[in-house]
Amino acid sequence: MPKRKIFSKLYMVLIFALLYVPILVLIVFSFNTSKLNAVWTGFTLDWYRKLMGNRDILRAMGNSLQVAFLSTALSTMVGTLAAVGMYRYKFKGKAVLDNLLYIPMVIPEIVLGIALLMFFSRFRVPLGIRTLVIAHATFSIPFVFITVKSRMAGFDSAIEEAAMDLGASPLQTFLHVTLPVILPGVAAGALLSFTLSIDDVITSFFVTGPSTNTFPLQVYSMVKFGVSPEINALSTVMLVITITVALLGEKLKKE
Amino acid sequence: MRGILATISPVYLWMVLFMVVPLGLILLISFLQRGVYGDVKFHFTLENYRALADPLYVQVFLTSVGIALGTTVSCLLLGYPFAYFVAGTEKKHHRLLLVLIIIPFWTNSLVRTYAWILLLRTEGLINTVLLQLGWIQEPLQMLYSYGAIFLGMTYTLFPFMILPLYSIIEKLDKSLLEASADLGATPLQTFLQVTLPLTLPGIVAGSLLVFIPSLGYFFIPDLMGGGKHMIIGNLIKNQFLASRNWPFGSAISIILILLTLLVVLAYLKLLGGDKDDMGVM
Repeated sequence: MPKRKIFSKLYMVLIFALLYVPILVLIVFSFNTSKLNAVWTGFTLDWYRKLMGNRDILRAMGNSLQVAFLSTALSTMVGTLAAVGMYRYKFKGKAVLDNLLYIPMVIPEIVLGIALLMFFSRFRVPLGIRTLVIAHATFSIPFVFITVKSRMAGFDSAIEEAAMDLGASPLQTFLHVTLPVILPGVAAGALLSFTLSIDDVITSFFVTGPSTNTFPLQVYSMVKFGVSPEINALSTVMLVITITVALLGEKLKKE
Repeated sequence: MRGILATISPVYLWMVLFMVVPLGLILLISFLQRGVYGDVKFHFTLENYRALADPLYVQVFLTSVGIALGTTVSCLLLGYPFAYFVAGTEKKHHRLLLVLIIIPFWTNSLVRTYAWILLLRTEGLINTVLLQLGWIQEPLQMLYSYGAIFLGMTYTLFPFMILPLYSIIEKLDKSLLEASADLGATPLQTFLQVTLPLTLPGIVAGSLLVFIPSLGYFFIPDLMGGGKHMIIGNLIKNQFLASRNWPFGSAISIILILLTLLVVLAYLKLLGGDKDDMGVM
């Protein structure tokens, strides 16, 4: 029996090592003085300093944050309203909508990317921040919807009825009764949407314009030219941002 | 009525305008002709679908499905015991372990691919260490092969397999396993006849979440395969950017959508899967 326990522990350690060692190596070598990467020659913050001086990278970072904030705001509003409406009302086409919302989660991302690219070019919408925001909101809405919906599952609709019976309008009921209860779900959905946006490579690749790079796309174009400690530093910054946001979201979901 | 309008119409409008219409556009354009300058001519044709029968493209499809299946199987074989062991640890460790599983899930897939390039390339860490230990005389060529693509895919998609597996194994009623053992079943029999069938929905959901995206992740073959090997994702990307043949690119996408629908419908109908299990979170 103890033998099996040792085996299961070893196995878990091995898998966790496989998951984390590559990422740790990447982070460690972002502080390495050598440009050659594979040998440790000394500690430096030069690569981070270089990032801060690189206009393209700073602009990409600005674009990514802007797109993430805007698309998160949009998808959180639309997704939350949808979850509330689907919970509260019965209406024609409810099943259709439910299925529609699963499509972006199951089709390969590349399909949504090219579909939107053709849509935008067909209707002559110039590619840039605006198209990125629309694309990111589109794949985020279902995730916000699901997160809020699961929060609504434990919601007692009697308190909504009570509020209405006491004379509250539907809007007042939503703002003062429903929203406070589902707020942790809404916040978790928003953070999820933010990480999805800031991490997205495939959809953004198609709907971004030639002059609007995002953070991950900047990494992509740099990696294509080869390995450099600057990419390590850039990746580390991205890692820190997403992991912070994701952990915050996890914490909210547990509450 | 006003409540329905206020809550439901935004999402309806959004999904129809930015998803249904664009997907419809793919379908439409897949039946049109490519113009001389890479534009689209409104002339009905089946040529784009006929062109897919070219052995060259059939090869890409087969390679793609092969890599996707291989990735799914290796994620499952590595991931099932892992999820099982994690679920079997003491309850107080669960939360920490789950966070440790989720972190790679939230880490940018491009960054994780790059991390492996750092390890595998000829001047990379693995070669440097092996050379210094004297185990090899010349650096090993590990990148730019099917093996590297396969590794990159498995590493990138592994968390998608783990989460549904873990959540179903954790909910598994342990008394059923004890009952099976009490009734004289060997551990293997219990596993095959009790554990496996009960965790099947997690296995299928995880497999879908690995299989489907792996068909489209074009940047892994680009970066780890050195652009020598193509999957469906690369083929589509090239039609839209390099050769500007949108109708043909659309036809490939339609096939990809059909392939995906087929897999998802099989999951929902044949295996009685639940749509909610697909939404990992």
